[in-house]
Amino acid sequence: MAKKINTQIEKPEEESDIAVKVEGVSKVFKIPHERHTSLKSAALNLFNKREFEIFNALKDVSFEVNKGEFLGIIGKNGSGKSTLLKILAGIYVPDAGKITINGKLSPFLELGVGFNPALTGRENIFLGGTILGLTRKQVEEKYDDIVKFSELEEFIDMKLKNYSSGMHVRLAFALSINVHAEILLMDEVLSVGDSNFQQKCIDKFEEYKRDGKTVLLVTHDIGAVRQYCDRAILLRKGKVVCVDTAEKVADKYIYENFEDEEATGLNEDAGKIIPGKNAKIAITGVSFLDEKKAPRNVFQAGENITVRVSFENKANIDKANFALGLYASGGQYLFGVNTILDKIDSSEAIKKGFFDINFVKPVLNSGTYYIKASIAKNGFSQGSIYSYVDRSQDFRVMSRTNSEGLLSLEYHWGGSEPRLSR
Amino acid sequence: MNGGPNCGKIFSVIKLNKQKFRYVELVKELSLTDFKLKYQGSFLGYLWSLAKPLMLFAILYIVFTKFLRIGGNIPHYALYLLTGVVFWMFFAETTATSVTSIVAKGDLIRKIYFPRIVLVVSGAATSMLTFLLNFLAVMFFVLVNGVPVGFRALLLPIILIEFLILVVGVGFFLSSLFVKYRDITHIWEIVLQGAFYGTPILYPLTMVPAPYNKLLLLSPVAQIIQDARYLLISTDSATAFKLLPLKFVWIPYTLPIIIFLLGYQIFNRSAAKFAEEV
Repeated sequence: MAKKINTQIEKPEEESDIAVKVEGVSKVFKIPHERHTSLKSAALNLFNKREFEIFNALKDVSFEVNKGEFLGIIGKNGSGKSTLLKILAGIYVPDAGKITINGKLSPFLELGVGFNPALTGRENIFLGGTILGLTRKQVEEKYDDIVKFSELEEFIDMKLKNYSSGMHVRLAFALSINVHAEILLMDEVLSVGDSNFQQKCIDKFEEYKRDGKTVLLVTHDIGAVRQYCDRAILLRKGKVVCVDTAEKVADKYIYENFEDEEATGLNEDAGKIIPGKNAKIAITGVSFLDEKKAPRNVFQAGENITVRVSFENKANIDKANFALGLYASGGQYLFGVNTILDKIDSSEAIKKGFFDINFVKPVLNSGTYYIKASIAKNGFSQGSIYSYVDRSQDFRVMSRTNSEGLLSLEYHWGGSEPRLSR
Repeated sequence: MNGGPNCGKIFSVIKLNKQKFRYVELVKELSLTDFKLKYQGSFLGYLWSLAKPLMLFAILYIVFTKFLRIGGNIPHYALYLLTGVVFWMFFAETTATSVTSIVAKGDLIRKIYFPRIVLVVSGAATSMLTFLLNFLAVMFFVLVNGVPVGFRALLLPIILIEFLILVVGVGFFLSSLFVKYRDITHIWEIVLQGAFYGTPILYPLTMVPAPYNKLLLLSPVAQIIQDARYLLISTDSATAFKLLPLKFVWIPYTLPIIIFLLGYQIFNRSAAKFAEEV
């Protein structure tokens, strides 16, 4: 006997506000190191222990979706988003856990499933419609609507293989929106088609919202999550990181992505130190510190940032001019200072081996920035520069607001409360 | 209040059947589409499906009546042969295509849920459609040849249903095994090659010496062909009922059902993983 799988997809009888309930769902993929796709190799390896790569696609995932709610599912590639959707659709069977679905569920994730290029548009509507769960009669009733929505009246008797990709998507979308389901699963549907078509998708989305349909949307488009979803769940390596309002989860996701990039290193060319002709002092690095003096590469807008330039004083020089410029990643020069003009005595710093500059509540908006730093004898003529960093590692600032541009300024729309764009 | 839950139960059964009915529609749509696609673009269309068994029949007929002179003294040998060839070709083609019926639709399986069984059944239904048309052609030749068709021909649908059960059952086995073991397609080709000679298609069973003729009749395909000949052409046909002792006669008749049920079990057990393995 195969092991009994304690999974059930239940359809509760009583009315409930919950459309989808996922309790402790796990899914493991066993990826054989050497797959036995022939009997010979299976027979030869019969007595060897088969080695599997265990891949935990989902680990103990639980959440609920209320009726009429738009839930965004976000996460990086390989985080288990699509596996989760496939389990909900019934394509995969989970290894553990329980799924309760309350309402008619659309069984598909993608557009144009089951289309056959050798058939005409008309024939594909019937074939695709039946695969999506309609009866032939139902397709007949909706046929005119589908064709009208797709704007393919002239081409409907042409074979699908002769359609352009845009026409293909239009037909698929027109068909899928005519499959009436209360709970819809969508995997990256917003990323296809031209802008005109995307507008149609968005209109349809808003119609779904008005009609009180439940939508589970897997997407990379954080903007779409912010705009359409009430709540979102963030997956990371098959686990639920958080379930919260779309805003909060989207922020968390962006922040996580930044942190990951930080770990991998942002810009390999950056941080190259150019020694001057007169290299008595050599810059050894530029780092960014938060208020706790911990090095970081990502900061919230408005958070204090300390830039630390470390150097090696090779010739026991007792005085130098430290200069620092702040640049946006596009190369725009934002801010620059040096110790001579500011009449700062550098003799203390020179003993420590680094100098700090603290940016207090910097008005930087979301974006990527870098530093230029130099140490010179006095001015910055060719001969006097000891050491020079043309472009430090990038650091990022993230803001929660809708404002654009490089600056995060306090502002208010005439008469209303002042607000800060962070 | 006692009626409450019961009513609910009955209601849910009806709902379930409605759901199942949807999949019957899907089988219909898929098999008709396959049928259409199979002959799309070719000038003779379906006629090719008739031409194939007819050609094989013509060759065998010439070889066996003119060269080897085996069939010459059997009444209606031509029809005997034709029936055998048409039935065999249905079995061979349907099972051979069923091997890949799951894997070939892998794209669909990975993207949408529907009972996977639909794919095997619709594949068999497509072949059945061709077979029924070919069978009508056989009937036509039977009538043209002036064979007296008795009331016993009314039993033919039972044989055809048995045949369909067998073919679908074998399809369950082969298609689900093929997902894991890609050798199945070659193995099955060899099995079919052997079975072609192990089944009384070319030669009359009466020519086979005693213990072997009984052994051959244990195969449901042989039994079906012999029964079809009996019902359609001549009561001379050596059927399982005539030849096999009573304690063995049930074997060929129940084998299709056993194969179907076992195949269904195996298929269903592996169906949950098709989307991952295909």
